[in-house]
Amino acid sequence: MDIKPGSRWKSTVCTAEVVVVRPPKPAGVLQCGGAPVHALGTESQASGEVHPDHSGGVLVGKRYTDIESGIEVLGAKAGKGSLAFDGRPLTLKEAKPLPASD
Amino acid sequence: MRTTLLLDIAADAAGDRIAVDTPGGGLTFEALQRRAQAAGRWLADTGAAHVLFIGLNGPILPVLFFASGYAGLPFVPLNYRLPDTDLRRLIERTAPAAVVIDDDMAARIAGMDGVTIVRAGEFSARFLEGPPASAAAPDNPENESDIAVLLFTSGTTGEPKAAVLRHGNLTSYVMSTVEFLGCDEGEAALVSVPPYHIAGISAILTSVYGGRRIVYLPAFTAEAWVETCAAANVTHAMVVPTMLDRILDVMARSGESLPSLRALSYGGGRMPQSVITRALEMLPKVDFVNAYGLTETSSTVALLGAEDHRAALASADPLVRRRLGSVGRPLPTLELEIRDDEGRVCSAGERGEIFVRGDQVSGEYLHRKAIADDGWFATNDAGWLDTDGYLFVEGRLDDVIVRGGENISPGEIEEALRACDGVADVAVLGLPDEVWGEKVAAVLVCYGPPVDCEALAAHVRKTLRSARTPESWHFRDSLPYNETGKLLRRVLKAELAGLSATP
Repeated sequence: MDIKPGSRWKSTVCTAEVVVVRPPKPAGVLQCGGAPVHALGTESQASGEVHPDHSGGVLVGKRYTDIESGIEVLGAKAGKGSLAFDGRPLTLKEAKPLPASD
Repeated sequence: MRTTLLLDIAADAAGDRIAVDTPGGGLTFEALQRRAQAAGRWLADTGAAHVLFIGLNGPILPVLFFASGYAGLPFVPLNYRLPDTDLRRLIERTAPAAVVIDDDMAARIAGMDGVTIVRAGEFSARFLEGPPASAAAPDNPENESDIAVLLFTSGTTGEPKAAVLRHGNLTSYVMSTVEFLGCDEGEAALVSVPPYHIAGISAILTSVYGGRRIVYLPAFTAEAWVETCAAANVTHAMVVPTMLDRILDVMARSGESLPSLRALSYGGGRMPQSVITRALEMLPKVDFVNAYGLTETSSTVALLGAEDHRAALASADPLVRRRLGSVGRPLPTLELEIRDDEGRVCSAGERGEIFVRGDQVSGEYLHRKAIADDGWFATNDAGWLDTDGYLFVEGRLDDVIVRGGENISPGEIEEALRACDGVADVAVLGLPDEVWGEKVAAVLVCYGPPVDCEALAAHVRKTLRSARTPESWHFRDSLPYNETGKLLRRVLKAELAGLSATP
């Protein structure tokens, strides 16, 4: 799994899609709903169900991180599954939005 | 990350939202993406190395900007106000180029080698109107270190420099300051800064990423701004200080209260306290944001938010109140330092040069890197931080007056003079002096008859210090500004350097 900045991934068990903002330092597997995600644009049918342990959901516009690997992703489409990296759940990154200045 | 990715994800997640108003009812995010991809395919086939735009603001801009990104070519908006010879020289520097130009300007650049000219009307007919082409995107390049935008800066001497903004600089800025699709569906941003200004570029990106509709004002007049703001239910806008003063005049005359407006940001020059105080009073429900940034930093690096404005206005503490004249605090995603002449980091209250470092900082010109190896960029702006980290910008280092070894910033003297009755506008600058090296000169525009210079001098002496009191006084009907509201101090200086002054 080549998780480059700007690469786009989709869940195979729900509607969630993410964009990688920061890549993980060691290689690993990004998961959603308990199953590995697929690169967006690859032909794949949604298969399987969201695992109950990984069902916290992905929200549009929110950032999710794993401190250990350094991976950070952006929720591009919402879904019922939640994200994990090598089995470790990603946590929601709290950010105070700045006022518009342009 | 590339700028086109921001449009791609917005189009996928909110394809039905209106991205930009057009005479035909607006382009949705999905339509903007498809039309930019179709235009990108055409650009890639022209053999051009750069994509130029010469014309007024309009919905062509976001289409052409993203089309350039899809084609992997730098987007280069040029200042249509330049004389023909200067305009043609810049085009020569970017050839082979594809140029989209307003119909009534096309004759100005006719007959140039290596230039593919497309009139704006023809471009619109082909890529903005009618059924969208179903063309697939060009081979979407992935490298974020490619050049996204070149902006020619209005250099004071010699050839204009081309500031380089790479895809990674711009996306880093946008993604660290805006929440993806964080805007309400009814939000609309009125863009009135010219297309060749960094704020015009960043407005495209922050609006698309945030999910905010763009409304273009072809060219700024205060009347048109107020009219469009009301008619298009504009919620957000960015203006430069000279625009705001004129907007308030129009509102006062017409009684328009702009009920849809929620947030107004300003930047690009020093905002007189009298203007911002008046704006806060006339638009009490509007959130004001003061932003400080440069072309070379992909726009904003520090901002003073709405709460800061209200706190400063309501405070009896002069140290808090004066923050209305600051640009707020640096963005949390970058570093900012003040350094003295020897390169030491200044402590609070100490004046020096503003340095910044971060992913959004390009600090680069074509064929010349202006950033240190450790990533720090010298802004060439003078400023200082207060004890709570609020940044006060005093203007370009080149404008600082050195009188008898003392560095004097024109900004605070101008502020003091502007507060005097009868003074409509003022510029302070240094003129050559045999004794002191430079002396402080004031150029005044008065509402009525010329004001009493003695009384003004006494006011400055009382407010500031005697070394900062102007020693020569001049009167003008108006001061020279460029079209984005920057005072052309060097023009005045050249005019005055040879003249004898009163008294």
